[in-house]
Amino acid sequence: MSKPVIATTSLAGCFGCHMSILDIDERILQLIELVEFNKSPVDDIKTFTKPVDIGIIEGGCCNSENVEVLRSFRKNCKILISLGECAIMGGLPAMRNGIPVEECIEEAYVNGPTVQLNKERILPNDDELPMLLDRVYPCHEIVKIDYFLPGCPPRADLIWEALVALITGNPLKLPYEVVKFD
Amino acid sequence: MSKKITIEPVTRVEGHGKVTILMDDKLNVTQSRLHIVEFRGFERFVQGRPYWEAPVLVQRLCGICPVSHHLAAAKALDVIVGAGTGKGLTPTGEKMRRLMHYGQFFQSHALHFFHLSAPDFLFGIDGDPAIRNIIGIALTNPSLAVQGVMMRKFGQEIIRATAGKKIHGTGAIPGGINKSLSQAEVDEFLKGADPLNADKMVAWAQEALDFFKSYYHANKDFIDGFAHFPSNHLSLVRDDGALDLYHGRLRAVDAEGKRILNDIDYQEYTNYIEEEVRHWSYMKFPYLKHLGKEKGWYRVGPLARLNTCDFIPSPLAQAEFEQYKALTGGKPNNYCLHMHYARLIETLHAAEVIRDLLNDPDIMGDNLVTKGTKQAEGVGLVEAPRGTLFHHYRINEDDQIVMANLIVSTTNNNEPMNRSVNQVANKIMTGKEVITEGMMNAVEVAIRAYDPCLSCATHALGKMPLEITLVNERNEVIDRKLKH
Ligand code: SF4
Repeated sequence: MSKPVIATTSLAGCFGCHMSILDIDERILQLIELVEFNKSPVDDIKTFTKPVDIGIIEGGCCNSENVEVLRSFRKNCKILISLGECAIMGGLPAMRNGIPVEECIEEAYVNGPTVQLNKERILPNDDELPMLLDRVYPCHEIVKIDYFLPGCPPRADLIWEALVALITGNPLKLPYEVVKFD
Repeated sequence: MSKKITIEPVTRVEGHGKVTILMDDKLNVTQSRLHIVEFRGFERFVQGRPYWEAPVLVQRLCGICPVSHHLAAAKALDVIVGAGTGKGLTPTGEKMRRLMHYGQFFQSHALHFFHLSAPDFLFGIDGDPAIRNIIGIALTNPSLAVQGVMMRKFGQEIIRATAGKKIHGTGAIPGGINKSLSQAEVDEFLKGADPLNADKMVAWAQEALDFFKSYYHANKDFIDGFAHFPSNHLSLVRDDGALDLYHGRLRAVDAEGKRILNDIDYQEYTNYIEEEVRHWSYMKFPYLKHLGKEKGWYRVGPLARLNTCDFIPSPLAQAEFEQYKALTGGKPNNYCLHMHYARLIETLHAAEVIRDLLNDPDIMGDNLVTKGTKQAEGVGLVEAPRGTLFHHYRINEDDQIVMANLIVSTTNNNEPMNRSVNQVANKIMTGKEVITEGMMNAVEVAIRAYDPCLSCATHALGKMPLEITLVNERNEVIDRKLKH
């Protein structure tokens, strides 16, 4: 049987969830043996080159580009996992929900104590920048998500146990201590 | 025919970045830009939250070096709760935070060197992209890969012991720290089974530095000739001019070494630093006010720190520092790729400091928090792995945050990163009909030298994915290249 194929991405997240994957430490060398990586920061494959078994999503959707990437993951992956609070419910970036985007922009580029000289009110608005969404959306509001791994970030042991269970088809036994919500 | 080259996504962590390069019909580079394409709005949405939440909230902007944000916010709040700066904390409070911070430096620098930069050096800038990543290292040089993984692990374990969690911990609180170390924890780090102990980490840091130095001596023309330009340099330094990553006064020197910011108290940073907004990037462009936008921009990070400080207060790193300074006759070093060299000297320094702190009984003390008279406003600075990090908060009488201003390390390097991209693009793409993968990687190598936080993410495990699109004047796509 060929190795299961994994893809990962970071949308509106802080990359802490990816760092937590790295925190499996020595087991990284085992993981490289167990699976094959497709589109992911791991290997720099920019577009899917084959059907993927497990797609891992960090972060929710805060701009148009995040939505496109998430949809392409749904299309190309058999199983999608929301990894961490941001993917599951928007996380810290969703603290801007309920505040008009204009106010956030205004504070960062016009009102702040070190932009007092921006009298012409120059704001980032170039065509090269993707559109900001009205609020930050959790992934399951955009596409169907199959599994949710909680934590900010989820513990490395939780990620490892969940991946091994999925890859080997064994039932997942999660000790109480590894499931955390902070 | 003129064309536009897009390199996307270059980076991640505050989201995606991309590079656009415009060439005219004579194949001259007419414009190059590194765009930061994501926006969070932290400054606004943190308003109304109780101030003590800031250190745990703000680190969630960046999971690559959360400890730096955690500590910069805590230092600003030290001022707000009346504990003052620097020596205002109890010895245990200050030393626990230092241990956490130097642990963070050690893991972050190790990650950057082994997982990100080493592939370029081992396989060559235009080496086969299929193996030019950490997996390639694991397959061809497993002992080096293991060394990288274990050095990062040691740093992460230090963070867990001091902050409670490896990522997004809660150790620092306004005015101090919420725990100290037990004898058992200290013993584990000092005498742990090979390789996870402080002596081994010092030895390994020295080895990594020797590895880079021998590479440098064999490839001097490439390293020195890659990208270099005169710039100002800014960082914190200790009162006596020593390198200090946790606390100090703000110093800047110009390309020749002349002081242009003379050890100021950073509580007054707004008198000296201003940011320019440009419409094509969410990342602002900071500069020194008294020199203006054109002349006042500066670099931060390992290269800048070794240019501003007078000496390194640990013996092994100081010996390396002297050799390194001799390369430029004691003058500031303006070579982009020497950032790797400087970073590895700091890694060795961090390992020495960690070992010293673990041998200091204060680390097991029980006087954890300082209290004082509440202030309405506070500024906290640290040297993050990638450079000076600014946090500034104001609160109201209900203890709610009413103003937050952050200048993150990578933002400080915005102008120099753009200059590096421009220099490399001009040098290698001018006159070229066909843009190769190796040329694109050279642009990445220039950005990567800064270890920008917006990108350490994608780099952390390999190299950045790139897409290049060639567009004609009418914006029609004429060619598209993917780099796998
Ligand atoms: S869940 Fe936490 S660790 Fe993961 S991306 Fe969001 S803020 Fe970062």
